[in-house]
Amino acid sequence: MSILVFAEQRGGALRQAASETVTAGRVLADTMGVELTAVLVGPPSITGESEKLGRHGADKVLLGSDEVYGEYLPGVYADAVVAAVTTIDPKVILFPASALGKDLAPRVAARLKAGLASDVTEIRFEDGRIVAVRPAYGGKVYITVAFKGEPAVLSVRPRAYMAEEAPRDAEVQELATPNSSQALSKVHMAEGAAKERPDVAEAEIIVAGGRGLQEAEKWSLLEDLADALGPGTALGASRAVVDAGWRPHDEQVGQTGKVVAPPLYFALGISGAIQHLAGMRTAKCIVAVNKDPEAPIFKVADYGIVGDVFEVVPRMTEEIRKLRSED
Amino acid sequence: MKWLGRPETTLNFVSELMNIIVCIKRVPDSEGRIAVGGDGTSVDTQGVKFVLNPYDEFAVEEALKLKEAAGAGSVTVITLGGDDSKETLRTALAMGADQAILLKGKPSVDGLGTAEKLAEAIAGREYDMILFGKQAIDDDNLQVPAMVAELLGVPSATVVVSLSVDGKSARAEREVEGGHEIVEFDLPAIVAAQKGLNEPRYASLKGIMAAKKKPLEEVDMGDAESRLEVVQVMNPPERTAGEIVGEGADAVPELVRKLREEAKVL
Ligand SMILES: Cc1cc2nc3c(=O)[nH]c(=O)nc-3n(C[C@H](O)[C@H](O)[C@H](O)COP(=O)(O)OP(=O)(O)OC[C@H]3O[C@@H](n4cnc5c(N)ncnc54)[C@H](O)[C@@H]3O)c2cc1C
Ligand SMILES: Nc1ncnc2c1ncn2[C@@H]1O[C@H](COP(=O)(O)O)[C@@H](O)[C@H]1O
Repeated sequence: MSILVFAEQRGGALRQAASETVTAGRVLADTMGVELTAVLVGPPSITGESEKLGRHGADKVLLGSDEVYGEYLPGVYADAVVAAVTTIDPKVILFPASALGKDLAPRVAARLKAGLASDVTEIRFEDGRIVAVRPAYGGKVYITVAFKGEPAVLSVRPRAYMAEEAPRDAEVQELATPNSSQALSKVHMAEGAAKERPDVAEAEIIVAGGRGLQEAEKWSLLEDLADALGPGTALGASRAVVDAGWRPHDEQVGQTGKVVAPPLYFALGISGAIQHLAGMRTAKCIVAVNKDPEAPIFKVADYGIVGDVFEVVPRMTEEIRKLRSED
Repeated sequence: MKWLGRPETTLNFVSELMNIIVCIKRVPDSEGRIAVGGDGTSVDTQGVKFVLNPYDEFAVEEALKLKEAAGAGSVTVITLGGDDSKETLRTALAMGADQAILLKGKPSVDGLGTAEKLAEAIAGREYDMILFGKQAIDDDNLQVPAMVAELLGVPSATVVVSLSVDGKSARAEREVEGGHEIVEFDLPAIVAAQKGLNEPRYASLKGIMAAKKKPLEEVDMGDAESRLEVVQVMNPPERTAGEIVGEGADAVPELVRKLREEAKVL
């Protein structure tokens, strides 16, 4: 009896999502009293990373290191995970709800004829059944679902489980590379906006701006603040500024944008419409800056400053730079 | 199952024919007030307007663009749902789709049951591409497109923000963390549309009138099997309002101190 976790890597390095999913797996494995196995596939340079999975609680690592895993080919990755499943016959299979995980989990579930709960924020084991909580209707309701059969397949929302150490001396076992005839789509990474900032869905801190910034050029204020806060910081935006063409759609937070739950969310010049709140109301700590004391954002913000973003934000950047320099 | 067959194109010179299927879903309007049902295990959509799933509008638009570019072919829209989904099929027909199929049956809680019904209805039909939306904004599962691809054994690209088709092969750009990923694959294939793929057209009055006369086939499929059971539906965790630290830039030092010492997030 065991739990299998898919550990996501990119370019031969484990992603933050991998340690979070292994932590989620460890917590569940402890409550169920079962073993936790991680399946890790990647290019040959991945081999050195398997030790980290042990540090977050994996008892065993099924390691597939081969050039064929260099890029994410859905068919090849699904074959590898299904091979791991046949090896250990797990009761639960966890994926990160990352871009890759949200694409791969449904494929593996379909092959196994298994139920899949997407983007879960909590997993429990209750009177013999796997139960999970997940947001639906754009985060307006949270639905608790129970799995009728086995295995239970779930994708875990980024940051729902913070990565924690639970050191195990993980046994590493080689996963034979299945010969995947259906390498259906050739993949290569687009030059794309290879921003050094993380994606909003996975950022430690989000600096989000709204129409209160008045124009696109003013975003330099937010960029300075984000730089001061450090590398784990992403820029977010309200729909109003995305529709105005000031910011790209992948920064949009809210019901028709991304749903985020970072430890710290700055809402700057954002009124706090329900559709925006639907995307960030589960952030751990919300800071709002708005010149209007009645702005709805202040009803959910943990800390607020009533004032002009053009005065307050530069001062925040200055104070945080001072703080960081003293660290 | 009666397949309506290829449209009678009398073109002697038949250019690249594009037969496209679009899977669409009827969902509550995102502006609607969604509440927890009285029984605590359902969602109350009383009085909420139902619409074509916003992401599926991009899928229908892309299908129409591909057919127009090919010069010939057909766009078939298909949904698994109840009679009330006919209205949603008519919306897509009014946008320009050629024919519609209502698979009568309840969608599943998780995506697999729905995917099985769609795959069953589509297998054996001729298609160059099946288009989906990225997600349905009611269950927000983000499962059905990739599942149908596995069940039918065709290549697929999800969260697609740009697509180009050249004869029997296609190239799509997918949204991933930190940028875009380019994938190439052969047709027939599946594509799930992300916002930004195109600008969906509105149904013209002429389109709405024409839609009434377009074929809408009904097929009894029975309810999709759910592998998940809803145990509880709750409102999101309540947030209590916090404190206004102060006014203007002078309040910043105090804010930073609280973020470090109280909230411990800095
Ligand atoms: C179906 C649907 C889906 C939607 N989805 C989303 C979504 O996903 N995400 C989203 O964000 N919105 C979404 N919206 C839009 C949402 O309803 C609001 O229109 C939008 O969030 C408003 O953006 P905003 O707060 O930037 O602008 P506004 O509402 O105009 O707020 C601007 C704020 O800035 C303040 N301000 C102005 N000048 C200054 C200054 N100098 N200093 C400090 N403060 C200042 C003002 O007091 C005001 O509170 C959706 C709407 C619909 C109908
Ligand atoms: N009942 C359904 N009938 C037809 N298509 C559906 C149905 N449910 C979902 N889809 C398609 O699958 C996409 C993603 O849905 P989901 O996986 O439920 O988030 C939708 O945008 C539709 O294109």
